[in-house]
Amino acid sequence: MDKTCPSIDEAIADIRDGMSVMIGGFGGAGAPIELIHALVHRYRKTGSPGSLTVINNNAGNGAIGIAAMIDAGMVAKMICSFPRSSDPRAFTERYLAGQIGLELVPQGTLAERIRAGGAGIPAFYTPTSYGTQLAEGKPVAEFEGRHYVMERWLKADVALIKAELADRKGNLIYRKAARNFSPLMAMAAALTIVQARRVVEPGGIEPEQVMTPGIFVDRIVEVPDPKQEEALLREGAKA
Amino acid sequence: MTVKLTNAQIAWRAAQDIPDGAYVNLGIGFPEMVAKFKPEGREVIYHTENGILDFGEAPRAGEEDWDLINAGKKAVTLNPGAAFFHHADSFAMVRGGHLDVAILGAYEVAENGDLANWSTGPGSVPAVGGAMDLVNGVKRVAVITDHVTKDGRPKLLKRCRLPLTGVGCVSTVYTSLAVFDIIDRRFVLREKLPSISIEELQALTEAEIVVGDRVGDLIVPEL
Repeated sequence: MDKTCPSIDEAIADIRDGMSVMIGGFGGAGAPIELIHALVHRYRKTGSPGSLTVINNNAGNGAIGIAAMIDAGMVAKMICSFPRSSDPRAFTERYLAGQIGLELVPQGTLAERIRAGGAGIPAFYTPTSYGTQLAEGKPVAEFEGRHYVMERWLKADVALIKAELADRKGNLIYRKAARNFSPLMAMAAALTIVQARRVVEPGGIEPEQVMTPGIFVDRIVEVPDPKQEEALLREGAKA
Repeated sequence: MTVKLTNAQIAWRAAQDIPDGAYVNLGIGFPEMVAKFKPEGREVIYHTENGILDFGEAPRAGEEDWDLINAGKKAVTLNPGAAFFHHADSFAMVRGGHLDVAILGAYEVAENGDLANWSTGPGSVPAVGGAMDLVNGVKRVAVITDHVTKDGRPKLLKRCRLPLTGVGCVSTVYTSLAVFDIIDRRFVLREKLPSISIEELQALTEAEIVVGDRVGDLIVPEL
């Protein structure tokens, strides 16, 4: 079994208009910049894939990563918990102009909905958001004297993930706090595409160290010197 | 003119109530300052939503690792014994009642313990982050805030007017003038600045203040 792909363009080739795309990362940590920018490049050249629903904790910062997708006009809707950042211009302008949709989800609910999507659990109850606007229209039930809100699973057509280390069977290790949503998104997408700084032969990762088992991964591209979104933003800020 | 505490002094006061051995989440922005004032000799383990337990201070300029950040996207360091985990585990810690204390900012707090801190209403971009999970899962939720808004309106209200973050979730409020515990849906005064009278404090507070048996002086160091 070998899930490696020779090029990024090949790995993302069948992402189509209207798909839902989970993108790993929390702010800059874990953002798969090379996968995202290959997608932006393809959109600018061919006009596709557009009308995407993007699922991430945030809604872009500055003019790279998800902000570049929004600037390009390929995102119809964001599902996120925190669409603010140090430079949220790309999302904010379009949102206030009514040009991009927003489904605001509490961060823990977002994580659990994605986990549930990957785990085959169609809905669950959480105390989060009870009594608030974000619970409006959702079923509420009482368990042991407390109120809980029913939330549904969240699945996607594609997940774009950044890993530190992968083997050819798709087992993954993440770097530091770049892990965040990525293990959950890898489970919840029909097609999980990973950019890894290094790809090793099976056996090159100790089984005890595996963070995402290879069954959740479909394609791997080696990106040996990946860009870090926050570092890029700061370089830009200095320039 | 009323003397009031600086943000650093409010953070200092809140830090004094964090017990030894506590697992603590500090909200992004102003609450992050609380970590600076942890009393000597107490061990506190900080949790951040994006998947770290036991992170430490900011690194020196130029030594940042941007894969090692807190929920406010600021660079942090690790203490010995730190751990990384994914977001579902992180919020299992939050919702599952495993964290002892959360300290958050507020737009409004009501006497029934309701908190509003995520949306200023139409015309702005709402951003909730992990606040709704924290207020419904952490054992004790405290708020640090200026006593009034920038234009002098009360923030301690009978009922919140802005969209709620959580219902009946706040147990203590540390303000620039006083400390209140919310007991039986009332603001019970625990401490106040010696320079302000209870009448003056009430005039700056929409909800009725309940004066406890022993109201202490709110004494903080120069910071």
